[in-house]
Amino acid sequence: MIKRASLAALIMLGLSFPIISYHADMDLTRGLFLESRWPLALALTGSVFVLRVIGEIALLWRKQRQPTTKAAAISSGFSPGAMRLIAFAGIGALIAFPLAAVFTLGPAGSLKWIDNYGIQILIYVMLGWGLNIVVGLAGLLDLGYVAFYAVGAYAYALFATQFGWSFWLCLPLCGLIAACFGIALGFPVLRLRGDYLAIVTLAFGEIIRVAAINWTALTNGDAGISLIPRITFFGVPFTKAKDGFASVFGLPFFPIERTIFLYYLILILALLTNFITIRLRRLPLGRVWEALREDEIACRSLGIDTVAAKLSAFAIGAFIAGIAGAFFAARQGFVSPSSFGFIESATILAIVVLGGAGSQLGVALAAIIIIGGSEFLRELDVLQDYFGYTFDPTQYRMLLVGLGMVAMMNWRPRGLVPARQPSLFFKSPKPVAKAFIAEGRG
Amino acid sequence: MGMPLLNVEHLTMRFGGLTAIDDVCFDVRRGEITALIGPNGAGKTTLFNCITGFYKPGSGRITLSQGDADPEQLQKLTRSGRRHKAFVSGDLCLLERMSDSEIARRAKVARTFQNIRLFSGMTALENLIVARHNMLMSASGFTILSLLGARSYRRAEKEALEAAKYWLAKIGLYERADDAAGSLSYGAQRQLEIARAMMTEPVLLCLDEPAAGLNASESAKLNELLHAIRESHGASILLIEHDMSVVMRISDHIVVLDYGRKIADGTAAEIRNDETVIAAYLGIEDRDLHLTPALPGA
Repeated sequence: MIKRASLAALIMLGLSFPIISYHADMDLTRGLFLESRWPLALALTGSVFVLRVIGEIALLWRKQRQPTTKAAAISSGFSPGAMRLIAFAGIGALIAFPLAAVFTLGPAGSLKWIDNYGIQILIYVMLGWGLNIVVGLAGLLDLGYVAFYAVGAYAYALFATQFGWSFWLCLPLCGLIAACFGIALGFPVLRLRGDYLAIVTLAFGEIIRVAAINWTALTNGDAGISLIPRITFFGVPFTKAKDGFASVFGLPFFPIERTIFLYYLILILALLTNFITIRLRRLPLGRVWEALREDEIACRSLGIDTVAAKLSAFAIGAFIAGIAGAFFAARQGFVSPSSFGFIESATILAIVVLGGAGSQLGVALAAIIIIGGSEFLRELDVLQDYFGYTFDPTQYRMLLVGLGMVAMMNWRPRGLVPARQPSLFFKSPKPVAKAFIAEGRG
Repeated sequence: MGMPLLNVEHLTMRFGGLTAIDDVCFDVRRGEITALIGPNGAGKTTLFNCITGFYKPGSGRITLSQGDADPEQLQKLTRSGRRHKAFVSGDLCLLERMSDSEIARRAKVARTFQNIRLFSGMTALENLIVARHNMLMSASGFTILSLLGARSYRRAEKEALEAAKYWLAKIGLYERADDAAGSLSYGAQRQLEIARAMMTEPVLLCLDEPAAGLNASESAKLNELLHAIRESHGASILLIEHDMSVVMRISDHIVVLDYGRKIADGTAAEIRNDETVIAAYLGIEDRDLHLTPALPGA
């Protein structure tokens, strides 16, 4: 125990030597000087040692409390009844959320909550569910998922600004265009598995982003496309004007009305995604995706067209991302390549993995934790009173994500909901423990 | 006189400099159990992979004839460069030209694997239903109609469930239908893999070492299952097996491979007394052949 703790402390010391122990700064005369921070480095090393010892003790204590390690393998998740209850309660809460926010915080105060939390999280829930089809069900590791999101966003931006097409016409169109890109990506990677598939999809994501930067004639490069028409209530704009939403429906005008409409729109889109996924899982197509994840060779021996199965997974996943992208463009009124970097793909993938690949509920929870959590860090400005004005809580986002990942690997290596519901059954649906489930090798 | 169900002619398969299968010819006759035996590394599994399309053979012809096409029609099909042709009595397929999933789908050849390949994270029932994918997929209007709420799929699914129920009862796993396939015992997994292959309603079932790792009672149950498949489902069986007690008891016809070549072909009794076979198994010098009495354990 002490040995392992010492090792961890030694690693910390090694890491802190180049990073922390010396600090270059400017003094009042604008001259550079080197400040030694050895006490800080040593303190950190010491705290790592102490933390490790505490961790080891906690592990030991846990082991003694439950001598059988079987519990982890059998943990079966929720029963279907509880699952349904959670789902209904969740949907009810989501529908009530903006109204409750408006009534408690007023139209101005609730804007941040509905926009930054509600809409932002729901976009990622939808993206997570879309990627869940590709990664969680079909087992195809896609590191460039944001590319389809970008395609949808740019498609809407161009259609709306160049041709003036309406949002409702563009929405399915953007989905279809993204699905075509999904198939275009799918074809070359059909034969690839695992790591190789991940690399190619990663590259694909970068290709789309770099194309958006450099194809200035179409995308206006880094400057992005602005002045994308704002969303309207089926043709009625959300403005103060006479024919605006507020006067048409006889309501007092508040800017938040558009935000609330956007919220319900993305909620419906996300729930539709969920509904379709649940339906697909009970149909042969969804079942064959899961079979593909479990064993592709066995699928071929049963006469299953694995090409069609893979392409359909890519296409439907991309379709969902394309629709989310169109929504994103309509909400922001502005798209630029910087919104579609690799970190976005990584975040969506992290949501799927943290949620427990394949589980709809888990993905939704993970999106709330990851996106809601990083938004929440912005709320912690009060901490500046204690740590000084240079303290910026949002800088700790990645550290916390990293901590979360370590915690997850320790306690829930297969995600928050570590069980799979069978798609059909004779007597009762018994959740399948993730221990039996393949993660898919492409 | 019609053709045999499966007709392998001059099949050769090379991996670089290694000739895994060397000019092998044999038949699988309709309604029979044909066993493929041979020492380790004789090329049995390679031959299996050629028949089921997982390998593309270098040369040779593999014909699967579901009806009674005559050699002239076969000749015509071979020259035409096509992969298969439908006749009134049934399809004529040239397996060496077809892909693995096409062989399973069109030629109706199902197979199992030496190392079991079940969908271990799916339940036993789901494993069987996935095998009906092609039938269910067209019944669901390639998903689109069913997503829109069409009813045609219900009937097809019900029928698939009935078939699954039948096979689960047959292999004694009905009670465990809703358990993950990966949680079943080894012997149960082997049986489930055979049931899954049978769900595709094949005309030829290829089993790669179905008795490997089974105990005596499981092995007896397997014999029973294979006989039942042959008697009541009209599927012919081609199997690779090391367990001589299984092979000798159930097979109508045995083909022996050694170093990629066929060294004998005949009934169990004939193989038992074949000197080349005995030599291959015991590694005896050619000149000592006449001294060997019989295959031990046979």
